[in-house]
Amino acid sequence: MRRRITVRAPGLALRLDLRTLWVAGALLLAVFAGFVLTVAAVGVRLPFADIIEILDGGGRRADRFILLDLRLPRVTLGLLVGAALAMSGAVFQSLSRNPLGSPDIVGFTTGSATGAILAIVVLGAGPAGAAGAAIASGIVTALIVYGLAAVGGGAIRRLVLVGIGISAMLVAVNSYLISRARLDAAQSAAVWLVGTLNGRNWEYVRLLGLALLALTPPLLMLGRRLRMLEMGDESAQSLGVRVHRSRLMLVVLAVAVCAVATAATGPVAFVALAAPQITRRLTAAPAPQLLPAAITGALLMVLSDFVAQRLLAPAQLPVGVVTGAVGGVYLAWLLSIQFRKEGR
Amino acid sequence: MTHTAAERAGYTTLEARVRARGGLTARGLGLVLAGAALVAVAALSVAVGTKPIPLGAVWDAISTGSGTTQDARIVLDLRIPRTLIGLAAGIALGLAGALMQALTRNPLADPGILGINAGAATAVVLGIRVLGVGSLTGYIWFAFAGAAGAFVVVYLLGTRGRSAASPERLALAGAAVGAALLAITNAVALLDVTTFDRYRLWTVGSLAGRDLSVLWGVLPFIVGGTLLALLLGPSLNVIALGEDTARALGADLNRTRVLSAVAVTLLCGAATAAVGPIAFVGLAVPHIARMVVGPDQRWMLPYSLVLAPILLLLADIVGRLVVRPGELQAGLVTAFLGAPVFLAVIMRRRIVPL
Repeated sequence: MRRRITVRAPGLALRLDLRTLWVAGALLLAVFAGFVLTVAAVGVRLPFADIIEILDGGGRRADRFILLDLRLPRVTLGLLVGAALAMSGAVFQSLSRNPLGSPDIVGFTTGSATGAILAIVVLGAGPAGAAGAAIASGIVTALIVYGLAAVGGGAIRRLVLVGIGISAMLVAVNSYLISRARLDAAQSAAVWLVGTLNGRNWEYVRLLGLALLALTPPLLMLGRRLRMLEMGDESAQSLGVRVHRSRLMLVVLAVAVCAVATAATGPVAFVALAAPQITRRLTAAPAPQLLPAAITGALLMVLSDFVAQRLLAPAQLPVGVVTGAVGGVYLAWLLSIQFRKEGR
Repeated sequence: MTHTAAERAGYTTLEARVRARGGLTARGLGLVLAGAALVAVAALSVAVGTKPIPLGAVWDAISTGSGTTQDARIVLDLRIPRTLIGLAAGIALGLAGALMQALTRNPLADPGILGINAGAATAVVLGIRVLGVGSLTGYIWFAFAGAAGAFVVVYLLGTRGRSAASPERLALAGAAVGAALLAITNAVALLDVTTFDRYRLWTVGSLAGRDLSVLWGVLPFIVGGTLLALLLGPSLNVIALGEDTARALGADLNRTRVLSAVAVTLLCGAATAAVGPIAFVGLAVPHIARMVVGPDQRWMLPYSLVLAPILLLLADIVGRLVVRPGELQAGLVTAFLGAPVFLAVIMRRRIVPL
């Protein structure tokens, strides 16, 4: 029997799972530790006394610049992006009932990449232009995929297949554009494709923060229907869930959350995939846990960026390289354990 | 894939399926027609291009075996090697796709999904960065080794613990290994401009710029893989009945699986080595073949063998014509020709598990 506690307030009662609470608390602590570590110990060391002094308004100008204008926005953006990707991944994995489900299945990531590459390579846009183009083209791609799948009856399986077909075309376009562009434009497009936090300032944090502030509450509310949707359409319907509407709204919100995160950093690999799975294992919860998953995502992102900055210093790897490598090895390890257990 | 209700219930025999499909002669005739189409496309591939060359001049150049005119040189030095490489790579991709889909019983299996392209890319990038390799011929062995290595790892991971390589397991293992390899590729390519520059050109698969030495290099592997694949047809039919039934029928599942995996590695590795990662031929062609001849592997495999090079060569020809005097790489065109076909298949029929 899982132990739960119930929090009551006027007009509201929340049943909270104790283990989930413990896990979430521990993860939050880890996130905080990663945050402090990254702020203090990447590149030029800033002793804690100095950090406190700077936050208090003092300190040397160079140190202030490093802390306030370089490191803090970067770490904060990483936290937000990790959380956003993890939530959207949790929704997609639950909806598609596929442990590899992610916003990629509706072609979103590839579509946004096409937009961003076009903006960088053809229009010579900077990060901001790339972000705008990424959001627009990503959403258009997702709509096309969802529309095509809906024409044929809207089964989630068809959605996956249509997504694969459209993605294949877009991948071809992407590599063509990169192979034809000027070398420097091609390279910045390639870095964008991997996902990076390099050179991101408070402006990004502000925009992403505002977008998430608007998108997260409805996503969390709807997220509680995921558990019922996982039981199958008919069971969910008999429990009073409007299946098609809920699913459509969840897809739209999850794509939007992923879109704003992707716009900020480029498509960072594997966070959306790994964070929900790690969380589910840690909490051993039967239903998708969006908030704990978000915390795990933030943790993955902060740790990965720490490694990305330190591994080959002074060269800075894009954070997506680290998440991809770590995520791939992690998934392989996970599978190997799981397959061995299933063995006879 | 036209699974009848009775077939899904699991009690029709292969013979019944063969009869329901119009028997041997119709399919044999279809194969001959497809073969004729392939010959025509190959001839077209030699004749068509930035500079159209009449078939008569093409024939002169081939029959004399040498020629000093500009047309003869174009035919002998550029178009014929290109066409032959397209043929070989197409055959390899089509067969490998059909084998993979049968082996994993996964309609979406293709070299991209099982980590093979990722492995080849990583090896090529490392070859460029560490050893300074810079020519298409030089990439071959790296691509081959990388592709083979990646598939072996994916296969071992997917079959760990139990003998069965279930479709989900292989796809998951492919995703995991592919992601890790992609990260390595990116890390190496993004930190060095020269490497990135060469890599970005390799990564769009293309038939252009390869000479005959590329063909001779990969041909033994393709021939070996093709023979193996064609011999495996009957055993793969038994696998398609499901693991338990196959075992009950006394089939040696492990042997079939390992041999198929060997054939896939030979074919995919060779194709990727010769022409770079080419999407969609391996995925789409077996689907088309299945629509034509049904699920019998003894027919599926030869049809895939003939249809795939048609698709690849057509894509290459289209690529030469659409942006004259420039060229679109075949890898790009296959995606654009293949994807709509694939989508049409998905939209039209009920999704039937393999």
